[in-house]
Amino acid sequence: MIEQVENPIIEVHDLTVSYDKKPVLWDIDLTLPKGKLIGIIGPNGAGKSTLIKSMLDLVPQSSGFVKMFDQDIKDIRNQISYVPQRESVDWDFPASVLDIVLMGRYGKLGFFKRPRKADKEVAIDSLRKVGMENYLHRQISQLSGGQQQRVFLARSLAQQADLYFMDEPFAGVDAATEKAIIQLLKEMSSDNKTVVVVHHDLQSVTQYFDWVILLNTRLIASGPTNKAFTHELLEETYGGKLTLLTEVADLLKQNELPNREKKVNK
Amino acid sequence: METILDFFSFNNVNVIYVTIGSMLLTSSAAIVGTFTFLKRKALVGDAVSHSILPGICLAFMLSGDKNPLYLIIGAFITGWLSLIIIDLITSKSKIKEDSAIALILSVFFGIGILLLTIIQKSGNAEQTGLDHFLFGNAAALVGSDLVTFTIVALILLIVVYLFFKELTLLAFDEDFAKTIGMPIRLIELILTTLTVMAVVIGIQAVGIVLMAAMLITPVAAARFWTDKIKVLILLAAIFGAFSGLSGAFVSYAAPAMPTGPWIVVVISTIAFISFFFAPKKGIISRAIKQRNVVQQINDENILKSLYQLGEQDQEYYTNRTIEDIIQRRPFNTSVLKKGLKRLKKQGYMESKSGTWQFTKEGKNKGQRTVKLHRLWETYLTKYLRIAPDHVHDDADTIEHFLTPELESRLEQLLEYPELDPHDSKIPYQKNKIKNNSTQV
Repeated sequence: MIEQVENPIIEVHDLTVSYDKKPVLWDIDLTLPKGKLIGIIGPNGAGKSTLIKSMLDLVPQSSGFVKMFDQDIKDIRNQISYVPQRESVDWDFPASVLDIVLMGRYGKLGFFKRPRKADKEVAIDSLRKVGMENYLHRQISQLSGGQQQRVFLARSLAQQADLYFMDEPFAGVDAATEKAIIQLLKEMSSDNKTVVVVHHDLQSVTQYFDWVILLNTRLIASGPTNKAFTHELLEETYGGKLTLLTEVADLLKQNELPNREKKVNK
Repeated sequence: METILDFFSFNNVNVIYVTIGSMLLTSSAAIVGTFTFLKRKALVGDAVSHSILPGICLAFMLSGDKNPLYLIIGAFITGWLSLIIIDLITSKSKIKEDSAIALILSVFFGIGILLLTIIQKSGNAEQTGLDHFLFGNAAALVGSDLVTFTIVALILLIVVYLFFKELTLLAFDEDFAKTIGMPIRLIELILTTLTVMAVVIGIQAVGIVLMAAMLITPVAAARFWTDKIKVLILLAAIFGAFSGLSGAFVSYAAPAMPTGPWIVVVISTIAFISFFFAPKKGIISRAIKQRNVVQQINDENILKSLYQLGEQDQEYYTNRTIEDIIQRRPFNTSVLKKGLKRLKKQGYMESKSGTWQFTKEGKNKGQRTVKLHRLWETYLTKYLRIAPDHVHDDADTIEHFLTPELESRLEQLLEYPELDPHDSKIPYQKNKIKNNSTQV
């Protein structure tokens, strides 16, 4: 069940990603609609994070291409926002909440410029939206997990992007934070922003997302939640990796084979 | 004493050169080091500093001259090369970064020592003093060196100032930096170049072998004192400069002594002091905090025991002896006595001829501890489904840490239960119940 859309905001064409020659994503081919709240669902090690990272050009693509707004990502970076996994950074870093949220403005500022008053206002406003405006000058090392996630979200909001990628924004946060975040995401999507979220709690999928991508090293489904989030497709997603596929991947790694032959230009 | 006065009178122009030079070198190393430290690449500085020796030797062999400019260029080339090779090894092979660093560091340093030996045997009269690069000799700084080093240090400061925002973001969250289109490779290149520059000018005073310490130790010490990155950089620079000053002094007072080890001893002492005495993060302040917690727990346990004794007799303000309390709950006698005295001082207890009695505040505090204990036991059995005979130890700890906010949330969540899982009455303060029940 892979539904393609007209005028997609994201087009992933035949994308294969390998770590150390071993493919972790096989031939992903999908298109995503604008203005939707999109969930990427799959078991641990399915390549969910890798998928959004390769879309954002953070990990090299072995083959295929990704287009957003029908353009190369390099040309539309300021329309895109990325929320990494909370654990991916060192929260003992000497910075305040405001410092971190201001980082969301760096892309717009460019080299040699310090954040201006207007940037600060945007940052404070973003913090207000996630309910953290009272923590402006708090050291980030003193935040709870849920608060850290809110700060990351505020940084993302400060980017004022049109397309958002969030890696496990609900991981390890309290129920109140989860509620606040999902409400915010829904508001964003009703503002015609597109939000792609890596998610692993199956319980909440139907309440949260308009569109789901089911992934387990290969693409199993991509479509509106009511069509793609079905019992059979979930069983296929969580039924384990395909043994044959895994063995071929290991083979590629052992022999250091490229997973695509070099094309010869005629 | 005379030497000290002599030194700080700065009568000799050379002393001024050496002092300013050393302080510049060490503080600029500390500033650049802040970013390598925050990026958790502390070992990189070590690799660079060892790798510049072959460059210095080669530059000398080719030019036959000790002109600092040639030496800096040579040092720069091999220092930089070492980092590129480390990067290549890490990305193209299965060898991890730490092994690659160790490998490159020793290979380059080995070649450097080999070349140095060749030079020393060659009989070139110019070569005396090259070995100063190993352990540093600030006294060898002369006016023309100072000009070169000042320029390099200034460039370094300006670049850090200009790219402060980018360097900080790169250290905190590289992936995010990439997604906003920041040219990561360029910024990394800048940081690498800055590191090499800082090391190259720093070795004159500190020496190759110990240069890594000058990059990392000042910021490691400064980290104990602040959580603000700008203050961190400033403090690291000050610590670095101070150790540079001391190095210059040693060079002046005892010219035969290598300055590097001395500078490192001073900066390490600063780090050591920070480690122990810094407020909040220092060992001592943390130990005091821990002791206070232990005392608080102990004192609350005493009040709790007295309250429980009161519950038994339905009489809270009786005079109790030490033995009464110990019978209720085993205390170490001297710890108990100390605790009681503290409680008296704080106004929770009164004593009369060897017996002890609650004040009203003491009774309330004991009552609150007992209440929290029983509430928490109720919460554990109800919400975590833990058997009633397994909840006591947990509650014994938690009772000391529940804040008033959590306390009232707990009360409302459990709807003011009358009895705990062991059927003991939960002792609410009467006026409080009234207040809360009107609220609910």
